[in-house]
Amino acid sequence: MTNIPTTHAPQANDAQPGPVARFIRDTELDTRMLGMVGALLLIWASFHFYPVIAGVLSGNGLNWGSGLFITPRNLWNLSVQTSMTGIMATGMVLVIITRNIDLSVGSIVGVTGMVMGIVQVNFLPPLLGLGSPLIWIITVAIGIVLGALIGAFHGWLIAYRGIPSFIVTLGGMLVWRGAAFLTADGKTIAPMDATFGLLGGGPTGSVGAVGSWIVGLLGCVAVLWIIQAGRKTRTKHGFPQRPMWAEGVLAVLGCGVLIGAVLVVNAYIWPKGIVDAYVKTHPEVVIPEGGLQISTGFAIPVLIMVVVGILMTILMTRTRFGRYVFAIGGNPEAAALAGINTKWMTLKIFSLMGLLSGIAAVIASARLNAATNALGTLDELYVIASAVVGGTSLAGGVGTIYGAIIGALVMQSLQTGMVLIGYGDGSYRMIAVGTALVLAVYLDNLYRQKTK
Amino acid sequence: MANTGTPLVEMRDISIAFGGIKAVDHVTIDLHPGEVVGLLGHNGAGKSTLIKCLSGAYKADSGEIHINGAKVDINNPRDARAYNIETIYQTLALADNLNAASNLFLGREIVGAGGFLDDSAMEAETRKIMARLNPNFRKFNVPVSALSGGQRQSVAIARAVYFNAKILIMDEPTAALGPQETRMVAELIQELKKQGLGIFLIEHDIHAVMDLCDRAVVMKNGQRVGTVNVGEVTDEDILGMIIMGKKPAQAV
Repeated sequence: MTNIPTTHAPQANDAQPGPVARFIRDTELDTRMLGMVGALLLIWASFHFYPVIAGVLSGNGLNWGSGLFITPRNLWNLSVQTSMTGIMATGMVLVIITRNIDLSVGSIVGVTGMVMGIVQVNFLPPLLGLGSPLIWIITVAIGIVLGALIGAFHGWLIAYRGIPSFIVTLGGMLVWRGAAFLTADGKTIAPMDATFGLLGGGPTGSVGAVGSWIVGLLGCVAVLWIIQAGRKTRTKHGFPQRPMWAEGVLAVLGCGVLIGAVLVVNAYIWPKGIVDAYVKTHPEVVIPEGGLQISTGFAIPVLIMVVVGILMTILMTRTRFGRYVFAIGGNPEAAALAGINTKWMTLKIFSLMGLLSGIAAVIASARLNAATNALGTLDELYVIASAVVGGTSLAGGVGTIYGAIIGALVMQSLQTGMVLIGYGDGSYRMIAVGTALVLAVYLDNLYRQKTK
Repeated sequence: MANTGTPLVEMRDISIAFGGIKAVDHVTIDLHPGEVVGLLGHNGAGKSTLIKCLSGAYKADSGEIHINGAKVDINNPRDARAYNIETIYQTLALADNLNAASNLFLGREIVGAGGFLDDSAMEAETRKIMARLNPNFRKFNVPVSALSGGQRQSVAIARAVYFNAKILIMDEPTAALGPQETRMVAELIQELKKQGLGIFLIEHDIHAVMDLCDRAVVMKNGQRVGTVNVGEVTDEDILGMIIMGKKPAQAV
C-alpha cells in the first residue's frame, strides 16, 4: 500500500505535443469552453464589422465608427438581457442532465410575475404604506416561493406519479399561462414598486463605478484564492501541480476578464435624459464642466446572475446533490442501487428550476416596470437552447453551469446583433437563432466524436 | 464444511412475484463467514432476483432475512449497505459519466468542512485501493465510459470491497473479462474468503463454480432444486440439477 501511483497517466501519443496542445494541457483549460468563447467572440466581431464592411462595399468609404456591437452601451445591454435567460438556463442544465425537460419555465415566469405584480401594487401598499421598504422584499419572497412550489408540484407528478416530464411541463406551460391571464383578467399591472424596479437594471438599477470596482476586485481576490487553494490540495495528496507559468496565465486571464468587464460597464455612462432627471431630484449635485457623467457599472440583474451562477456551480461540483444529479443522468439505475433517492432528487431539481424561474420573473417584471400575462412567453425555448448550446447533452449526464451562461450569452448576442445590423424584425432573428442552435449542437457532436 | 455456527446470512422462505409470475418461489439459502456459495441456474431461474432481495434492489413479497441470526428489514440498497452487504452487479451499475473515484464513493462521498465534497481525498483513497486490486490502473481522471471492460470491473469490485463488506454478492463478475482478468478475480475471491467474508457468487461457468465455491445452490423456475457441497459432487451432478432439475443423493 506504500507504492501509491501519484503521477497522472502519460499522454497517449508519444510525439511531443505542439505548443497549443501543451498550453491547454498545462493550464488544464476546458477546450470546449475555449471553443465556445471563441465562437462568441467571432459572433461579436461579425456583427461589429458587418456595417463597416457593408459601408465599404456600398461605396460609402471606410468608417470604423459604424460598428455598433462591441461598444460599452451594447455590451452593457447585452449583459442585462442575458441575465434572465442565463439564470433559468443554470437550472435547465440540471433538468436536462437528469434526462428530463422543462417546457413550463416561461409560463412560470408569467404567473409568478403576475402574482408579484398584484401583491406589490394591489395588496401590500394599503397594508404597509406606499413605498415601504418591506414591499419589495415580501414580493420577491412570494415570487420565489411560488415558483419553487409550482416546480415542486411538477417534480412530484414526474417522480412520484410517473408522468413523463415532457408531458407534465407541456401541460404546465398551458395551465400556468392561462393562470397568468386569470390572475388579473388579462390586465397589465403597473407601475412596479420603486425599489423592486431597481432589480430589473437600468441606469439607476446599477451599482455605479465604485461598486463595480469593488465587485471586480473581489472577483480577482477570489480567482487568486481558488488557484492558491487548488495548489494546496494537490500538495496535500501528492498530485502533480500545474506549472507556475500556467497558474500565472490563469490568474492574469481571470483577473483580466474581470477588470475588462469593469472597464466596459463603467465606460457606459448614463444617458442624458436620465442624468437631467437625476439632477432635478438631487439639487445638491455640483455639475462639473462639460456636463455630469455618471458611470453605470454592473446592472443589478447581472450581479444576480453572477451570484446564481456561482452558487449553482458550487452546488453542482462541490456537493452531494450535484454529484447525484450527474449520477442519475449517467445511469439512473446505478444511482438508485447506490442508495440515491432518485425520486426525491427529481422533485428537488424541478423545484429548483421553478425557484430560478421565480427569480427570472422578478427581473423580467422589474425591467418592464409592469407585470403582463405575456411575460416570459417562449422563454422556455431560449432557456433550453442556451443550455444545449452551452454543452448540456440531451442524452443526459453532461453539462456545466458556466456553459449554459455562455450559451445564453451566445443566443442573446445573435438576437441583439440581428437588431443592430438592421434585421431586427422577428422573422430574420428567429431564422438566425434557430440555425445557430442546430449548428451549435452539430458542431458539438463533431467535437465529442473527435475527443472521444 | 464447518457450517455449524450461526450463519452470516439466512434467507428463509423468500418469495417474490412480478405480475403473477413467481420469480422466486419459497427459496431458503444460507451463507457462513469465509464461505463462497455459488448460485446456479438457467437465465430466468430466479438467481439474480433472489439476490436482489438481499441487496435491497427488490423487496420480497414474503420470507425473512436474518443477518448473524437476527431478523432484519432490507427495504432499499441503503439498508443493505448498513448491514455491510455489498453487491457487484452484472451490469456493474456504474455511472458512465463519472470518474472512478466518484463511482467508488457514490452515495457515500467523503465530505470535508461545510459538507462539501472532498474530491481529492476520494481520489487519493481510490488510488490506494486500486494499487492493491489492479496495479496497472491509471485512468483516475476520466469518466468510466473511457475504461476497458476489465478496468470497469475493477472499479465495481473496488467499490464493493472498499467499505469493509462482510457479505459480498457477485453477479457474474467475470462475464465480460479476459482470461487474465478472470484469474485476478478468482485470486481476489480466495483472498476475501480468507479474510472471513461470506460471498454469494452467481455464475454460469461450471468450472469456476467447482474451483471457487464451497457449496452450490441450484435454482430452476424460481424454485431451489437443491444445495450441494461442491467437494462431494461432480460437474455432471450439478449440470443435471441445472438442466433437468434432478437432485442427486448428496444434495440437501
